Amino acid sequence: MPPTVALTVARYRPEKESEPTFQTYEIPFRKDWVVLDALNHVKDTLDGSLSFRWSCRMGVCGSCGMKVNGTPKLTCATFLSDYLPGPIRIEPLDYFPVVRDLVVDLTDFVRKLRQVKPWIIRKEEKPPAQGEYLQTPSQLDTYKQFSMCINCMLCYSACPISGLEPSFIGPAAIALAQRYNMDSRDEGAAERLKVLSEHDGIWQCTFVGECTKVCPKHVDPAGAIQQYKLTAATQWVKSLLLPWGAR
Amino acid sequence: MSVEPHYTLYHPRWYRRRVSVWWWLQKRSYTGFVLRELTSVFVAFFAALSLWQLVALARGPEAYGRFLSRLGTPLFLVLDAVVFLFVLFHAITWFNLTPKAMVVRLRGKRAPDWAIVGLNYAAWLVVSGAVAFVLLRG
Repeated sequence: MPPTVALTVARYRPEKESEPTFQTYEIPFRKDWVVLDALNHVKDTLDGSLSFRWSCRMGVCGSCGMKVNGTPKLTCATFLSDYLPGPIRIEPLDYFPVVRDLVVDLTDFVRKLRQVKPWIIRKEEKPPAQGEYLQTPSQLDTYKQFSMCINCMLCYSACPISGLEPSFIGPAAIALAQRYNMDSRDEGAAERLKVLSEHDGIWQCTFVGECTKVCPKHVDPAGAIQQYKLTAATQWVKSLLLPWGAR
Repeated sequence: MSVEPHYTLYHPRWYRRRVSVWWWLQKRSYTGFVLRELTSVFVAFFAALSLWQLVALARGPEAYGRFLSRLGTPLFLVLDAVVFLFVLFHAITWFNLTPKAMVVRLRGKRAPDWAIVGLNYAAWLVVSGAVAFVLLRG
């Protein structure tokens, strides 16, 4: 095993450069280190000016998504030992504006997420005294996979459509919409359909399938979108054949 | 409707990379995707060819003979080989993707992907077998 490994890290310091550059750091190699440990080592001992986001270190918070050797990864779950002998290239996620070094801005995603109303919508709330909304394990099973999303944005970075069509609502937001659509307690599917069946919703997706491949939580956004296309098409045919029926 | 993200105005120093025209060559899976999308052109060509065949058939034996002899020219033979490869690629890639779009639940459990893909291939074999039977009978 090599004593050290080279990290080639994208730097962008807007106050002094107009384009990102690369800087290489030689760090000690340890087989129990993930890329995030290496970045923290750089920040703590070699270069305090390096900026990146992280929080939980255990694949739950979704903050530390970056491109490692060209592939979007959670850096807290990406071991250095899988990239030997190096150098390991670390870049910010694609298609998001870069604020500084490895930090990208997610405002646009948050706006899109809010559009799909990712919360349980009831036509009428029942009073708490009547108890909770019950759900069977198999009802839970229909949407549980989509509820695992941690908003890490790897899927947006892997999706060429989200780069080519910035207005596309995108994989994670649609998967989360589907998470609520399939929840037996929810009654908001018709409201979400308005947003999701528009041009910037599901029909922008051409099923590249990369979002599912990079997802660290096995959410399968590509599956969610294709399944929703089927739902939306069925709804459309229904509204055509039964114009008098309620949607 | 294409709305630019509204933060753009206020942060001129944020760096935005343009997507390269060659993005689809940067990863093998992207290239595979673009090839799969391209197969639609060849599928359309095959459909047009079939329509042409029907028209020729309707015009009588002479016209159909002319149609067949045209198909036998080297140009059409090469074209047909290319079309066949793309249509095959189209069928295989889409069959393999069906379990993503189709969720079949049996007794509350999701049917495994291989079962859905397998049923598609089985149906394909049965239909192909039926067509071959009709064509090769005489």
